Amino acid sequence: MLHGEAWTVKELFVYPNEYIYWTIQIVMYPFLTGLVAGAFVLSSLYHVFGVTKLKEIARFSLVFSFALLPCAPMPLLLHLQQPQRNLNVLMTPHFTSAIAAFGIVFLTYGMIVASELWFVYRGYFVTTALKLRQKPNRTLSETVLMSLYSILVMGAWDVSHHALEQDEKAVKILAAVGIPVACFLHGYAGFIFGSVKANALWMTPLMPVIFICSAVVSGIALCILTYVITMELRKLIITWRRKENPSLPSPGELGGVETQVVTMTSRYLIMFLILAITLELLDLIFRGYTAVKSWDILRSVIYGKDFTAIFILQYGLGNLVPFILFLLPGLTVRRAVVGTILVLFGVFMMRWNVVIGGQAFSASFAGFMHYHMPIWPHDMETFKEGLFGALMVGSIPFALFWLLSRIFPIFDLKESPPSSSRH
Amino acid sequence: MNRREFLKRSMVVVAGMAVPAAALHLIDPKQLLAAKPDLRWAFLVDAYKCVGCGFCVKACKLENEVPYEANVSRTWVERYVVKKDGEVLIDSPKAARDGFTTKKIEVGEGKFREVKDEEIEKAFFVPKLCNQCENPPCVQVCPVGATYSTADGVVLVDRKWCIGCGYCIMGCPYGVRFFHPVHKTAEKCNFCYHRISKGMKSACVDACPFGARQIGNLRDPNDPVTKVIMTERVGILKEEYGTKPQVYYIGLSKEVR
Ligand code: SF4
Ligand code: SF4
Repeated sequence: MLHGEAWTVKELFVYPNEYIYWTIQIVMYPFLTGLVAGAFVLSSLYHVFGVTKLKEIARFSLVFSFALLPCAPMPLLLHLQQPQRNLNVLMTPHFTSAIAAFGIVFLTYGMIVASELWFVYRGYFVTTALKLRQKPNRTLSETVLMSLYSILVMGAWDVSHHALEQDEKAVKILAAVGIPVACFLHGYAGFIFGSVKANALWMTPLMPVIFICSAVVSGIALCILTYVITMELRKLIITWRRKENPSLPSPGELGGVETQVVTMTSRYLIMFLILAITLELLDLIFRGYTAVKSWDILRSVIYGKDFTAIFILQYGLGNLVPFILFLLPGLTVRRAVVGTILVLFGVFMMRWNVVIGGQAFSASFAGFMHYHMPIWPHDMETFKEGLFGALMVGSIPFALFWLLSRIFPIFDLKESPPSSSRH
Repeated sequence: MNRREFLKRSMVVVAGMAVPAAALHLIDPKQLLAAKPDLRWAFLVDAYKCVGCGFCVKACKLENEVPYEANVSRTWVERYVVKKDGEVLIDSPKAARDGFTTKKIEVGEGKFREVKDEEIEKAFFVPKLCNQCENPPCVQVCPVGATYSTADGVVLVDRKWCIGCGYCIMGCPYGVRFFHPVHKTAEKCNFCYHRISKGMKSACVDACPFGARQIGNLRDPNDPVTKVIMTERVGILKEEYGTKPQVYYIGLSKEVR
């Protein structure tokens, strides 16, 4: 089976060997790394710049960033023709290639997030583990949790005021170091595309910057969205449980979605959104104005073939509409939710229009290619490079997030006692 | 840990670190080049002589075991039809494996277009293959070094090491590369490296009945190919990418992509 033939349709003159080789998984890759980086930057706004209003969402987005992290390389792995050889990249990295350092950058970033997470939660681990130890009749799950926490503490049982202050300092430093690394991780994804001189649409030095800005936008949007959903779910579950056990706190006592958190966070979202759009438009105008050799074909892709995807779906539905939704006075949580969903969609479309749009025309500049995304898979390849492969990759972070939130509580649970030493 | 053990362990560490460093050192192409300075392969295509029979494509597919029916090929021939009104039509049906047997021009999506003879201003054929660039972007972007330049100026792919990321396919401005349908690794023309290094000509050169394709050694001033490249007016493809292609053309036209 010829890779690419199943979903590529050629129009006019396309070199015989040209197909859409990079498909939906390569759209997912920058989308997911973008979310990782964005979520981390959001959490750092609180830790580094002391934006206390973001306190509630900061820890949340840190855990979320950690959950997204292992998923970012997954689409890359899935699209390889020889996935079992992926370690070759670490064994013989060829550093003139933009992809070669991926493993290294990625692992560095992963270590930073993991250690920041550890410092944030160490105090909690210690107190909970000690408390559970004293408990006479533990349930099985409590015993498991206790041993897990005891391991995670890694021998650092000191929870004196001084020690906790040290922790906080470490968190601050890690968060500060993490911002440039997160930006690098994602700017790097932009560089992978921006440095391909053979591709007229990709090649621009603005690509990494555009990628970073839209990454932050999408990361913040996803955090707001998940934050609201988790809060609401929590309320639902509590109401339901209270039917059997009325001693539990009422949803009101629990505290719902804090509108203020949402408003504040969406303000940052808007800021980065403006930046991202400005850069993208600058790029577009510049291309039109300089009108080099490739402009003819680019124009027919941007204003012709991909008009709907770019101007209606990405800029219109994905940028302009949420922009208005967020800026209209009296932002409600519901409106913010609609806005964030649209923003996420917009950023996804932006990735799509870069990756797929960049392959929508032939390097001969005399023909076009169309990607017909496989919906129902009929073999492994059409699964991997089709709708369901993408959905699979996209849903794993949420499962991971749920799992992680069992270990790292993400809310200041007003009803649960061991909430002492966290911030 | 006592002293003896410490020394032993540090030796292991140092040795471990030295191995990859040495490995990197060994494959430095510049050193290899210095060792073999008298050979630099180059290709000469005389587009005036090409009649679009496609024998070269057929020979290449068989020689290099690229599945015959697969719609990819290491080499191909393009047909250009320039109309009096300035419109340019280009096609290469099945990479011209079976030559151009009809006047109908393929326009994709399984459609064809017919152009009346009196509307045609000029028409010609252009054979294409890997340019074995001196500054190859495909080598630059390969994350694992599976694509590399040899000392004698050919770019090769290591099928045993390629991870199939496709970055090189994206990086080549000439659309030369593809994934081999069987080996699932990056694939492209290598001037029939297995033949030329044994003193033979590449399969396409041997197969061309009209002498439109020739291969030679740029470092040998008496090589007929070198003589033409040095003394006549030859062109290269897509110079603007700075790839320094080593396939030279006689009879290029501004319409050629
Ligand atoms: S023509 Fe393409 S594949 Fe061949 S060496 Fe140049 S860049 Fe690499
Ligand atoms: S497809 Fe293979 S040869 Fe090409 S860049 Fe990737 S690893 Fe290198």
